[in-house]
Amino acid sequence: MTQKTVLNEMHRRLGAKMVDFGGWDMPLHYGSQIEEHHAVRRDCGMFDVSHMCALDVAGPDAKTFLLRLIANNVGRLQTPGKALYSAMLNPSGGVVDDLIVYFVEDGQYRVVINAGTAEKDIAWMNARLAEWNLAATCLPRRDLAIIAVQGPNAKSRVWQVLPETRAASEALPPFHSISVGDYFVATTGYTGEDGLEITLPASKAQAFWQALLDAGVPPIGLGARDTLRLEAGMNLYGQDMDENVSPLDAGLTWTVDLSSDRDFVGKAALLAQPQRYDFLGLVLLDRGVLRAHQSVTSEHGDGEITSGTFSPTLQTSIALARLPLGTAIGETVHVAVRDKQLAARVTKPRFVRNGRGLI
Amino acid sequence: MNVPSNLKYTQSHEWVRSEPDGSITVGITEHAQDLLGDLVFIDLPEVGKTLAAGQEAAVVESVKAAADVYAPVAGTVTEINPALADAPESVNADAYAAWLFRMKPANANDVDGLLDATSYTAVASE
Repeated sequence: MTQKTVLNEMHRRLGAKMVDFGGWDMPLHYGSQIEEHHAVRRDCGMFDVSHMCALDVAGPDAKTFLLRLIANNVGRLQTPGKALYSAMLNPSGGVVDDLIVYFVEDGQYRVVINAGTAEKDIAWMNARLAEWNLAATCLPRRDLAIIAVQGPNAKSRVWQVLPETRAASEALPPFHSISVGDYFVATTGYTGEDGLEITLPASKAQAFWQALLDAGVPPIGLGARDTLRLEAGMNLYGQDMDENVSPLDAGLTWTVDLSSDRDFVGKAALLAQPQRYDFLGLVLLDRGVLRAHQSVTSEHGDGEITSGTFSPTLQTSIALARLPLGTAIGETVHVAVRDKQLAARVTKPRFVRNGRGLI
Repeated sequence: MNVPSNLKYTQSHEWVRSEPDGSITVGITEHAQDLLGDLVFIDLPEVGKTLAAGQEAAVVESVKAAADVYAPVAGTVTEINPALADAPESVNADAYAAWLFRMKPANANDVDGLLDATSYTAVASE
């Protein structure tokens, strides 16, 4: 059965086109996906991301558990509030899910996982807890809602609506969090813009959403969320990586800690099987639109697009792709689009940051 | 749903207008553009290309998806809408004004066999 967030009725009242996303009935757009995209780059917009699942990992062994569970080193989280992006791997080194860990305090972490993988992830985590016989619990917080407000003016709009969060979040560096009463405020996001992600009791979400609407913050659907994250060069689970893809082949090497002595699930597999692909960007030189699964031909061999779209900011098509090792930035490759071979230029896998094109 | 009664339609959401010179003008319906969302690229056929009825004639791509546009009847492409190269979004703005291509039907009577507005409304409401 399709699940609904606490804001479902408000999306429908705003005229959203609803779609199934990972088993959740979510807004694709509220009229124009492209206008929503531009609103976030130029001003701000808000996303209902309550389908994502917040978990509280707590107990004396919580840190030990996360140190063994995920590929990035939770030991790097020294100060309360700091956040870490990482992947949870299977023993073959494939990605079970990507996630963010927030360090709340000693023995207490908040982990945010993807919607479509939530049940699988929770089962996986509980199985590891039992296997390792650790004193920690993993509690899904479906009593919470998550609203992301993103864009150059996002913070000022949030402070207008929730003045009590201003002092605490004004000085917060990127990728940090702080609790202000019922509001868990984090400087994280999935757009490449400044902004906040606010986790709050589901019972307060409708009032907060309405207050942001009244403050002139437009709602943004999953369509623009996808073009924004792709321009920012951020991976999407299930598309850019999955259980059969190594993080080393998905541009996630920076989230994998292979340098310390720490052992974690999948580490042996990663060490035994080094990187096989470069994960890079493509900008289409010919006319058309790059899409996932299109094959790429280069002088070094063949590759595949994992995510492709039209970039509203750059006004051309862009893609993330797994390309043969040795592919250089600036090279021209060819992409099979229907019956044509279209030329594309290889770029860094990051196209837009803070409203500006990088390529 | 906006389905002008002076046009003919296909099951695959093309609209067809018969012109005085015997040619037909083809576009996609308002319902089709609504399903696709913001269009960002339209790949049109070459003028002079001969198409069978139901053959892929053009591709319309939105931010999210690509969709084929089919020849409503057999015939030859006589003209394409040059304005769409730089303004694919004009199809979103007015799907019945922003035509895609024109054809000379191989058999003039074939157009009569297409759906009328009432039948197409039923198809699009499914």
